[in-house]
Amino acid sequence: MLIRYTSQIGRYFLMLQEIFKKPTKWSVMRTLIFKEIDDLIIDSLGIVCFISFFVGGVVSIQTALNLTNPLIPKYLIGFATRQSVILEFAPTFISIIMAGKMGSFITSSIGTMRVTEQIDALEVMGVNSLNYLVFPKLVALLLYPFVIGISMFLGILGGWIAAVYGGFASPSEFMTGIQTEFIPFHVTYAFIKTFVFAIILATIPSFHGYYMKGGALEVGKASTVSFVWTSVVIILVNYILTQLLLAK
Amino acid sequence: MIEVKDIKKSFGDQMVLKGISTTLDAGKTNLIIGQSGSGKTVFLKSLLGIHQVDSGTISFDGRIYSDMSDDERRELRTEIGMVFQGSALFDSMTVEENIGFPLKMFTNKTKKEIKERVDFVIDRVHLVNAHTKKPSEISGGMQKRVAIARAIVNNPRYLFCDEPNSGLDPKTAIVIDNLIQEITKEYNITTVINTHDMNSVMEIGDKIVFLKNGLKAWEGDKTQIFKTDNEAVTDFVYSSELFKKVREAVLKEGL
Ligand SMILES: Nc1ncnc2c1ncn2[C@@H]1O[C@H](COP(=O)(O)OP(=O)(O)O)[C@@H](O)[C@H]1O
Ligand SMILES: [Mg+2]
Repeated sequence: MLIRYTSQIGRYFLMLQEIFKKPTKWSVMRTLIFKEIDDLIIDSLGIVCFISFFVGGVVSIQTALNLTNPLIPKYLIGFATRQSVILEFAPTFISIIMAGKMGSFITSSIGTMRVTEQIDALEVMGVNSLNYLVFPKLVALLLYPFVIGISMFLGILGGWIAAVYGGFASPSEFMTGIQTEFIPFHVTYAFIKTFVFAIILATIPSFHGYYMKGGALEVGKASTVSFVWTSVVIILVNYILTQLLLAK
Repeated sequence: MIEVKDIKKSFGDQMVLKGISTTLDAGKTNLIIGQSGSGKTVFLKSLLGIHQVDSGTISFDGRIYSDMSDDERRELRTEIGMVFQGSALFDSMTVEENIGFPLKMFTNKTKKEIKERVDFVIDRVHLVNAHTKKPSEISGGMQKRVAIARAIVNNPRYLFCDEPNSGLDPKTAIVIDNLIQEITKEYNITTVINTHDMNSVMEIGDKIVFLKNGLKAWEGDKTQIFKTDNEAVTDFVYSSELFKKVREAVLKEGL
């Protein structure tokens, strides 16, 4: 079993190299990139906005409900919401959701091309199918940090609205909280994570789709397996990056 | 002309091709026949370089595949057209875009030139009313025509077809077979067709290679196949009552 995992990991890194070899004509690639931006980024905005806004609200309400001691200042609600949204909720939690949404889309679309021999057709024509299929996804996901930026903004906004309209804190208290002990490096840290997650989100699901065997049933299975692995890797990488960047 | 010498191919410890040699001629429809699972697809994909053979040589008009550089192989690929078993059309593209794809990727033709060439091959394979449809919106027979059109759009010297008439009704199947044969003769292409369909054998069997258990069990043409008493062949051909009668008739009167 260990051997199998090691050889899979080896194959994954070989795949990463192949992606950059023998690039597809730029005029064709450009169209592919725009299509992926549409499918992966634009199509995800709705769900990301929805989840961020409401989870931000819930984080704020729960913090408020847990601050029962009257000596603890109300601005902590804003502070706690900001910290949890920027540090973990937006970059990590949203990425796990995207591992489900974008990830299963990527695995099933590439997997379908594999089982219907469309990938063989590309190869026979002399196209580097990994470059053709995966490179545009990587480029499209360079926009992923913008998605997470929007998620951060809406998460905090949701928290603000929930706190103010729920009567847990006044607008100015919440605002003070958002600005308290603001450490710019936390944002940098969050975006470094986001960038690494973007690469994981583009490549691990592609790997599972590209190397799958079998028929339509296996495409479904591959999507599930791909979701599990993408999330596991995101969680592990999150831990490692946090240890490296934040622990002193 | 493609010359194949003693090619072998295994997957893990299963040996699928156990040393096959044959010559596939230009301007002819060369049929690879045999039961399901006899290694026809693996044979075809080995010729194409999708599967790397373990040993043996394949030469394309004197150019030996294993001796070629990556650039030469890429060059060779542009001379090859392939019709896959399930057509393998790109679902995200229209019929026109599918057919024009090899031109867009590998030639410097302008949009207008590509359009002209695409229209020409669409006419050549007798496709009507399909230009802007997606593959999922047309019938299996039409998908096959699109796959053939895409395979010949860049004037290939070699055409490979994996079970081109599987999943088609008998009448459409014969139309597709004849279309492939016409194109082969018209442009003097070296065409290799995998099939397990005896109708195709009777219709377009210019040259027939019979595979069994990873070996070439017999070769010949469509007149010889009904006369041979090679057991493996007769076992395969006369699994149907109809062809037993055909054999009797052929032996009496000739094809
Ligand atoms: N990619 C592969 N990996 C492992 N085994 C394969 C692969 N492709 C084909 N085979 C095996 O090779 C044998 C021949 O398959 P194939 O060439 O598809 O048969 P045919 O096309 O004549 O029906 C089968 O037993 C199949 O399981
Ligand atoms: Mg087959």
